[in-house]
Amino acid sequence: MAPFDLAASLGPVAYALVFGAIGFGFGAALEMGGFGDTRKLAGQFYFQDMTVLKVMFTGIAVAAVLVALATSFGLLDMSRVFVNPTYLWPGIVGGLIMGVGFVIGGFCPGTSIVAASTLKVDGIFFLLGALGGVWLFGETVGSIQGFWLSSYMGRFTLPEWLGLPLGVTVLLVVVMAVALFWAGDLAQQHFGQKRPWAEVVKGPGRGWQVLAGALVAASLFLVVRGQPDPEAKFARMGPAVKKAVAEREIFVDPAEVVALRKDIGVQVVLVDLRDERDFNLFHVGGSRRATLAELESPERLKPLLDQPPTTVTFLIGNGEAEALRAWRQLTALGVPNVYVVDGGVNRWLERYPVEACVADRIGKAEAGDAPAWRFRYATGSTQPAAWPELGSSPSFRSPCGEAAADGHGSTHHARTWPAHAYTKRVKLKSKAAVKGGCG
Amino acid sequence: MSTSREPRPYVNPYVAGTLLGVVLFLSLYVTGGGLGASAAMSRVQTGVLDLVAPGHVDRVAYFAEMAGGARSPWAHYSIYMLVGTVLGGFVSGLWNRRVKLETRKGPRISVHARWGFALLGGLIMGYGARLARGCTSGQALSGGAVLSVGSWAFAMAVFASAYAVAWFLRRLWI
Repeated sequence: MAPFDLAASLGPVAYALVFGAIGFGFGAALEMGGFGDTRKLAGQFYFQDMTVLKVMFTGIAVAAVLVALATSFGLLDMSRVFVNPTYLWPGIVGGLIMGVGFVIGGFCPGTSIVAASTLKVDGIFFLLGALGGVWLFGETVGSIQGFWLSSYMGRFTLPEWLGLPLGVTVLLVVVMAVALFWAGDLAQQHFGQKRPWAEVVKGPGRGWQVLAGALVAASLFLVVRGQPDPEAKFARMGPAVKKAVAEREIFVDPAEVVALRKDIGVQVVLVDLRDERDFNLFHVGGSRRATLAELESPERLKPLLDQPPTTVTFLIGNGEAEALRAWRQLTALGVPNVYVVDGGVNRWLERYPVEACVADRIGKAEAGDAPAWRFRYATGSTQPAAWPELGSSPSFRSPCGEAAADGHGSTHHARTWPAHAYTKRVKLKSKAAVKGGCG
Repeated sequence: MSTSREPRPYVNPYVAGTLLGVVLFLSLYVTGGGLGASAAMSRVQTGVLDLVAPGHVDRVAYFAEMAGGARSPWAHYSIYMLVGTVLGGFVSGLWNRRVKLETRKGPRISVHARWGFALLGGLIMGYGARLARGCTSGQALSGGAVLSVGSWAFAMAVFASAYAVAWFLRRLWI
């Protein structure tokens, strides 16, 4: 599924040619639209010529509609598409600075390249100035590092911010864009051509009608059709993912989870998929409970998506079935480094048992998502088995201590676990290294 | 090519915009990233600096990331895209008879003043583009299409600021 890992699948020449071809289309589209002429660019700020506003926002709206159509039909995996991370205030301040530069210089960086390529001397001067500006930034960014890295909000999109479905957001963008073009036409006639309001032609032109009709129809279709749910997305994923499940590459032995919890170079996140009752009876230390539906919500999903590449997420149930469902969901949504704890809590307690006075074994570890142990009371994560990597801790009290009159006077609970052999499964991968045009 | 012939008119803005949108979509679809210009400019600048003062490049973290030690700032997709952009602009300009050594400017300023302001504006734009992590193409256009909140805030800031200062600088253009 698109997008494609070009660096891995193409030779260096073909790789360069693909980007060169995209750049060629970009340069040609800008030149045809008139972006090489500084008077057209600056003219928009005096309502003389609204071309640039129209070309630019038509481009945004058309691309947004096409992207949403592609994801809607499962042709594009959005989780692997670069979305410019939001650094709110540096972006706004940088934008304010650029607005001033835009009016003084009459170009923006991309358009000055096109102007220079058609031998416009002012474009060449602007380009030289811009090279100086990026140099100046590189020299001084050290002293404004704090601000430059501030107000980071990660991958944050309008649908998340507005709490609206993608299709509705695209429709809003389209309506806003075409309304802006219409208003631009009116403003151009009145302010630019000095026509009194009474003589301004109010009706939009033919081109506007075609564009607005097509874009609104496409986004209404998107609103009705909606986007595929995670199960549907997973079904469309490539054979490599299904092979990983079939060959149990994603199932990690509890002993490996414990080893990684000891590893200071790796951060382990444990998500427990069981109900609250089972969770309270026993859970692995530090795990947090979540249902499949909760994992889809932005509050739970976003932190998982934004994790650094040194973080591994483990999903744990009583058995494997529910955790595997969650794995399919998170994988489809693009969460990197997700694994299922092999055999779930049932296998965990087999590897790291609790004492007999705490729980009785009532089933096999292979019993699916039914608990294999019956706890006599809720232990939460107070049992040594919840923190096998610690070995012992003063806070562990032997629950069976008083009954055992064998002279072990100390309640301090030292345990050593047998070393379990396991096949290493976890391979830390950084998320698809997609970078944007200006990254 | 005969420059004596009149340049062809620019295409309808909605047609050019649709073309731009299709190119942007293809870029996102095939490569997983959008269009851009200022990243490549930053690399060109760092590459030139690396020829002149390699030691300095290695010491400034921002430059070292692109060209520190044996790293080449040139072997990067944004550079390939930049070369393509130049060629695309040139070929379209040639076809439409717009390739001509000339200076475009407002009616009330001299050619030399226009060059000076273009240089100054470029300097400001270049600085702002790196501060905002992208220019009008990489942030506003590409980020706008993938509905990034930060990119929309950025685009609004650019236009708000430009419209706010335009009146004071009207001598440059009208």
